[in-house]
Amino acid sequence: MEPLILPKITDYHKIDVYESHGGYEMLRKALGMKPEEVTDVVKKSNLRGRGGACFPTGLKWTFMPKSREAGSRTAGQTEKPKYLCVNGDESEPGTFKDRAIFEFNPHLLIEGTAIACYAMGITTAYLYVRGEYIRWIRMVQKAVDDAYAKGYLGENIVGSGFSTNLYLYRGAGAYICGEESALMNSLEGERGYPRVKPPFPAQNGLWGCPTTINNVETIANVPIILRLGWETYAKIGAPKHPGPILVGVSGHVNKPGIYEMPTGALLTDIIYKYAGGVSGNKKIKAVIPGGSSTMILRGDAIEGVTMDAEGLKAAGSAVGTAGMIVMDEDTDLIKVITRITKFYYHESCGQCTPCREGTGWMFKILKRFENSEARMEDIDLLLDVANNIEGNTICALGDAAAWPVQSMIQRFRDEFERRVIKSSSILVGTTVAAH
Amino acid sequence: MLSDKSLQRIEELKKRYQRTQSVILEALWLWQEEHGWISDEGMKYVAGLLGVPPHHVYGVVSFYTMFNSKPVGRHKIEVCTNISCMLRNSERIVKHLENILHIKVGETTPDKRYTLMEAECLGSCGTAPMMQIGDEYHESLDEGKVDSILAGLR
Repeated sequence: MEPLILPKITDYHKIDVYESHGGYEMLRKALGMKPEEVTDVVKKSNLRGRGGACFPTGLKWTFMPKSREAGSRTAGQTEKPKYLCVNGDESEPGTFKDRAIFEFNPHLLIEGTAIACYAMGITTAYLYVRGEYIRWIRMVQKAVDDAYAKGYLGENIVGSGFSTNLYLYRGAGAYICGEESALMNSLEGERGYPRVKPPFPAQNGLWGCPTTINNVETIANVPIILRLGWETYAKIGAPKHPGPILVGVSGHVNKPGIYEMPTGALLTDIIYKYAGGVSGNKKIKAVIPGGSSTMILRGDAIEGVTMDAEGLKAAGSAVGTAGMIVMDEDTDLIKVITRITKFYYHESCGQCTPCREGTGWMFKILKRFENSEARMEDIDLLLDVANNIEGNTICALGDAAAWPVQSMIQRFRDEFERRVIKSSSILVGTTVAAH
Repeated sequence: MLSDKSLQRIEELKKRYQRTQSVILEALWLWQEEHGWISDEGMKYVAGLLGVPPHHVYGVVSFYTMFNSKPVGRHKIEVCTNISCMLRNSERIVKHLENILHIKVGETTPDKRYTLMEAECLGSCGTAPMMQIGDEYHESLDEGKVDSILAGLR
């Protein structure tokens, strides 16, 4: 498949090069359609969110209430302004795909944003980018300025009568702000605490107004759908989760990087054909398929598994952000899971007790395993803590912290057992000595 | 105090949002760029500027890790030690920096030139290991590359 999100065209990030390859033509096309027709096309394409949850994008757009026209009293319509937040917070360990879009194809993202705004009747969009990406924020800002200058953003876009603005917003270092309701709080100048749902953002989002939050890569797919037509797009890759996808491969591979491919690629093909195989020709011990929150897979269980929502679900994991981390046979998985857990401990916002306290407890217990000071019962204690975080928090960070631990114990229990303190008599001795 | 240019920027930014409180993060960024870190005075100043209580600004500063609530060295070096970098020996980069700077993670050199920190995933997993110094990313590191990057700093 020819790359659609990251085409191999020199200087494609420049607006004149983008235009000379048909760039912004899909915005013109969309503006010639009715807004609900645009949403319908996206719905029929079966595009699913690329931020991790795989929610159908077109369906999400239909949740937005229609704007109430002056004098109208139609129920279910709104007089409030509506907002689009494009989520470029990209902080999930193992994920570095949105950065590639910012750098190599920012105009696809801008064009998609303008089309999404038109489809939902939105006149203000915010692109939230993690604070560390300041270099890429400057690059995208340049592209946004150029788009304004050419009339693709702002007042009366390409003479259509439709107007919308796109503003960049810089985060300041908080993983949790990638959670959609925390992102909105951050945009409101608050601490990035997730909100209780319901109400859902489409009813009550930014400043209490109807809001849709879409991932950067999701929005970048929108002009592609309009260009190919939904019938063609829906046939790319996995039928239930179609389209091009940016897969980031990191860890012990010869050629780590971002690879664009149709969904549904074999994990083994991604590792051996795209990423050049495992460094030093070693065997694979484990693979995290979609960012650190997704459940870890055994290296001997990835044969036949595909990179799409259904394929990875069947294998007992998830596609997440498609940030794949490959670990060779010599990897210390206890060290890996301890580091991952330290991350969630650090990033827990502290609102919900199970997550705030539980991530710390898990980290403490895992430290005992890392130092080979754990007791056999610590394995089940760890699992118990993880099980009591999962499903008991406002947002998915708690689940994201629990899943890696649960899956690691389930699939690599022997690794934990090997780190249990050898002789119980040492423990008894310590206890006696303590008295 | 903030420069006139920053104050003007803040006035422009206010127009983008329903409420001026949204400008807090941007205003704090501007303060940090001008002063290097965000003191109590800075928080009170930003609070006054935007008409929000100082404790609210403090709450924001303490929540986001990129805001320095203590002075840092001229060059803030942050080495990613999260999983993808860890698998590609970020520990060796941290140790090397500790050795050549003679400080531990979390410390600043006595001449206030360098502060060394560990960072969570910075989105450079394909070019691991990596570090961020100020605004710049330095990727695909080894010890020799770290030496030449440090030698090139002002």
